[in-house]
Amino acid sequence: MQHDDVVWAIINKTHCSHKVTTKTQQFCRNEYNLTGLCSRASCPLANSKYATIREENGIIYLYMKTAERVMFPAKQWEKVKLSRNFEKAIYQINENLLYWPAFIKAKCKQRFVKITQYLIRMRKLKLRRVKELVPIQRKIERRERRREEKALVAARIDNAIEKQLLERLKKGTYNDIYNFPQMAFDSALKAEEISSESEKEDEEEEEEEREIEPELERELERTVEQADEFVEADSDMDSDEDSDSGKRESANVASDFESETSDIEDMADRIPQKKKPRVEIEYETEPVASVSRKKIKH
Amino acid sequence: MARGKDKKKRKLEKKQEGDDVPKKMPHTLESLREKDETMLANVDDEEKLEAQKDMELDELSSYYENSYEPKVLITYSDNPHNKTRIFGKELCRMIPNSISRYRQRSSVKRIVQSALRENVTDVIVINENQKQPNGFLLIHLPNGPTAHFRLSSCKITPELRKDYKEITNHRPEVILNNFSTRLGLTVGRMLGALFHYEPQFRGRRAVTFHNQRDYIFFRHHRYEFTSDGKRAKLRELGPRFTLKLISLQQGTFDSKRGDFEWIIAGRRHQMETSRRKFFL
Repeated sequence: MQHDDVVWAIINKTHCSHKVTTKTQQFCRNEYNLTGLCSRASCPLANSKYATIREENGIIYLYMKTAERVMFPAKQWEKVKLSRNFEKAIYQINENLLYWPAFIKAKCKQRFVKITQYLIRMRKLKLRRVKELVPIQRKIERRERRREEKALVAARIDNAIEKQLLERLKKGTYNDIYNFPQMAFDSALKAEEISSESEKEDEEEEEEEREIEPELERELERTVEQADEFVEADSDMDSDEDSDSGKRESANVASDFESETSDIEDMADRIPQKKKPRVEIEYETEPVASVSRKKIKH
Repeated sequence: MARGKDKKKRKLEKKQEGDDVPKKMPHTLESLREKDETMLANVDDEEKLEAQKDMELDELSSYYENSYEPKVLITYSDNPHNKTRIFGKELCRMIPNSISRYRQRSSVKRIVQSALRENVTDVIVINENQKQPNGFLLIHLPNGPTAHFRLSSCKITPELRKDYKEITNHRPEVILNNFSTRLGLTVGRMLGALFHYEPQFRGRRAVTFHNQRDYIFFRHHRYEFTSDGKRAKLRELGPRFTLKLISLQQGTFDSKRGDFEWIIAGRRHQMETSRRKFFL
């Protein structure tokens, strides 16, 4: 029934549906093939005594067929489940393939090693983190790039940074690292401006109480006030020379601009003194102002 | 011709109006921005207080109480190319008390675990695509939040023609600009928490995260005030890059069961309703 040589002659010389011929070699696609090559020794069809190793769902089996079984194709292959333990499995192969041709024994072991290795690799891949490939949407990407450019232009980053740094400098974040005499001078100047503004406000309030006066008058008043202040300063100097401690303190309060409220209070004290010259000037300048108004009308 | 006449007319009108009329400001996306209900600038004091309390209780509050010194671990995607490596090293040089390690194929979760063991407070993972860094994952430890950014227009120091040796070892000061909404503040605080809370002002190094239209521009400068203290001169040290928030996650990194505070993927059209809506 089984004539291996005849079968092989047909497969080799004419046609085999499992055979794949390439330029250099002939391969076999039969799933029972032990080596994957088309050759006399490893052909599962032309060998009545044959064994192979196969893997099904992660479990490795040893398949064997003998000449006696070939009559019943359904029962042709004897299937032996191999142990998970590598050494035990090798022992099983040795036991089952005792007195078999050395070629088959060696190839079976080789194939077993290969399969266990790829199973281990599969397990590792499954257990390791799963990388997800995310497609880059071309249009969205392009839009975002464009918007980024525009945002960059709108940001004016350097200006913003500079502003922030200067703000920090002003706030005193840097403590005593930097010493700018100019800045100290400016801040002092500013404080003075604030105090003079408050003075003005006071005056303005009073003026509103009485009546709203033209600007010219106000300017004149201001000059008079300044003159007043100068006079006061002179008196301060005098007091310094006198080195009268009590007086000196009061003068300091007037010249120091840190506490605005006290300043304003001082102003309130001083205001009644100033009232007298103001009243005088009003009478003097009114005609001038009326003339200027007329001129504008013409 | 007609246009020219128009111009003359307009000029005349301008003259007649005088200087008192305030100059008209052109509309920009910033000025036309759709109001966000969480923006701190336009809510009343009560809500402001609430937000502040909220911030005092979140995961980052301990940094802002100066209770610990941040320690940062910088790592990469699996096989980083040269640019990404240099970028990471420069980040490492810039952020005080930070280390750069290759990833060796471990998962983010395991990195987080080992980082916790070594008392690292923040983990940065830089992803790359086609040899260009393109992702920036920032995990705050021990329990979140996790922010995933899109990283773009990354320039390392050689590309800016700068020398990395100019970056001194002083602790830089951090400038966070323009973070206005609650989400923006959270992100800003996260980025700020990478750096030591006590900058060394002598080093005159400033690190800036400037948010403009949801793009966070990073710049690194050395500054110098002019002698009158009215201006600051800046010298860029590099690197520079741009971040854009992709997602914000509560807790440490978990891509499967993570609880996303904010994400735009998937429901893009529902979230991006308008060009004038910004989230940060």
